[in-house]
Amino acid sequence: MALLEVKDIHTYYGNIHALKGISFEVDSGEIIALIGSNGAGKTTTLRTISGLMAPREGSIIYGGREISAMRADLLVLRGISMVPEGRGVFAKLTVEENLDMGAYIRSDGRVAEDLNSGYAMFPRLKERRKQFAGTLSGGEQQMLAIARALMSKPRLLLLDEPSMGLAPVLVDVVFEAIQRIASEGVTILLVEQNAHMALQIADRGYVLQSGEVAFSDTAASLQRNEIVQKTYLGID
Amino acid sequence: MFRNKSGEFSWVDFTIDVLRVLIVLAVVVGAWNTLSSGRISLAQWVNLFAAGLSQGSIYALIALGYTLVYGILLMINFAHGEVFMAGAFSAFFLAEALNQTGFLNAQPILAILLLFMFAGLVSMTVAVLVERFAYRPLRGSPRLVPLITAIGASFFLQYTFRGLYGSHFKAYPQVQLLQGTLQLGDISIPVTQIFVFSSALVLMFGLHWLVERTRIGKAMRAVSENKEVARLMGIDIDWVILFTFGVGGFLAGSAGVINGLFRPQGVNFYMGFIPGIKAFTAAVLGGIGNIPGAMLGGLFLGVIEAIGPNLVLAGLGIPGANQLKDVIAFTMLVLVLIFRPQGILGERLSETKA
Ligand SMILES: Nc1ncnc2c1ncn2[C@@H]1O[C@H](COP(=O)(O)OP(=O)(O)O)[C@@H](O)[C@H]1O
Ligand SMILES: [Mg+2]
Repeated sequence: MALLEVKDIHTYYGNIHALKGISFEVDSGEIIALIGSNGAGKTTTLRTISGLMAPREGSIIYGGREISAMRADLLVLRGISMVPEGRGVFAKLTVEENLDMGAYIRSDGRVAEDLNSGYAMFPRLKERRKQFAGTLSGGEQQMLAIARALMSKPRLLLLDEPSMGLAPVLVDVVFEAIQRIASEGVTILLVEQNAHMALQIADRGYVLQSGEVAFSDTAASLQRNEIVQKTYLGID
Repeated sequence: MFRNKSGEFSWVDFTIDVLRVLIVLAVVVGAWNTLSSGRISLAQWVNLFAAGLSQGSIYALIALGYTLVYGILLMINFAHGEVFMAGAFSAFFLAEALNQTGFLNAQPILAILLLFMFAGLVSMTVAVLVERFAYRPLRGSPRLVPLITAIGASFFLQYTFRGLYGSHFKAYPQVQLLQGTLQLGDISIPVTQIFVFSSALVLMFGLHWLVERTRIGKAMRAVSENKEVARLMGIDIDWVILFTFGVGGFLAGSAGVINGLFRPQGVNFYMGFIPGIKAFTAAVLGGIGNIPGAMLGGLFLGVIEAIGPNLVLAGLGIPGANQLKDVIAFTMLVLVLIFRPQGILGERLSETKA
């Protein structure tokens, strides 16, 4: 059974009809890529799933339950965690305090352990743990945002353009981390303009165009698809 | 000088610079006259300073409430003076009762702690109710709207207390333990002042610990920085906002007890107005939204108010200088708004938050 089923959702910003009936599914354990050019509706899709926005129509079924009207903070309790576009680290909190905030909902005694596995994944964060997050480089902030999102022990991790603005070396570091997270059983919905990288690690992908799903396929087929190659992979 | 950033002559900058020079001149001349006349002895200066610190502690505790709420909602809670009044006023009745049973002077420390808890809880409740019913339904509306409800809430609270208890001042009973003075050489400091300053310090350290070290404190900072991302952490924003109002209320209520025990004239329904505005001034002085700023701003304003009239105004030959405390406070507010709108410790509002 699908962990997440998005069925024909319509989301608006005031009068602007941003999502015009988007549907897709994510199975447990999959890495799903959502690709599409700027303004296609990728961020809005993630914001709608995470509960930051409510769809005006359509339904979102997660773990067998309708969640489209649920608040973001309650969805975190149910295992949905998001790394927002632009990272969204708390600049005036230290690295470690940011991670503490990731574990805000937890009351079990194993937070310290998970803090250490976060540091193990990104050793640079450990070196900078007492530093304000605002002083980190873009790449370090992205690592922090990912490590922080994992502190709530999510089942479903939503990532919005984790490669944005990063040097190629760091893009590799981040994508390796995403693969490692997936291999530990976290289901991943990955939004990327960097379709090349996303499709390399994804199982399947959906291509968004002006608020609609233009087409979808396995990641391997999408990489061979002519339209995808031309439009999103820059191959003529 | 006299030029704006693009290097052209500007009348506004010219006026501001002239003002700046005149103020510095007035302060220097006034202080020089006073000090050279030797009218006030060193011991007297120390006394003025200590009294200023005490009054400033009260401003600081109230100012923290303004700054906490501003930090999280970018809103000035103009009903906060009444939150202070509600705690101070309610604790008066408890103090009376404790005095009648003799408990107040038999177990003064316990009794004072009880007063703090009671006033703190009353003010906390009032602050939380004001947030819940006057502000929350209007969150997201234009900034003027909560300002108007704040004034409404202020009047509501003032006239509720007036209706219930009349408009007379009611003085707190005396606590024997706090009477008398502490003699240090030829300087004598009233015990009350030591009590005021040290209890304010304890509360401020408590707040510092809460905000810096606890999970809810970190959540307060997270919410103040980015509400949307805070929600993605699973933080219930509404709860954190309510909690923030509650903390500010508790501090204001405690300030109410301190005020009641420190200032002999007592409590009445209107008592929150002036301290409220002064504390707001202190918060702006320190940089609104900035916690250490509110503490320093409060203490600074208290000291300036105590020393300024005697040092500067009296030196300029202005009669009845001590009656002009309030003038000093509000002049400070205007000057800060002109010369350093972001306050002493604050960042620039225009770019980051406003
Ligand atoms: N805050 C907003 N207010 C109004 N329209 C918005 C807002 N955010 C996004 N949109 C519009 O919604 C559409 C989808 O945007 P978005 O989901 O951010 O796209 P993507 O993430 O794929 O670049 C775009 O047409 C964009 O202009
Ligand atoms: Mg986007």
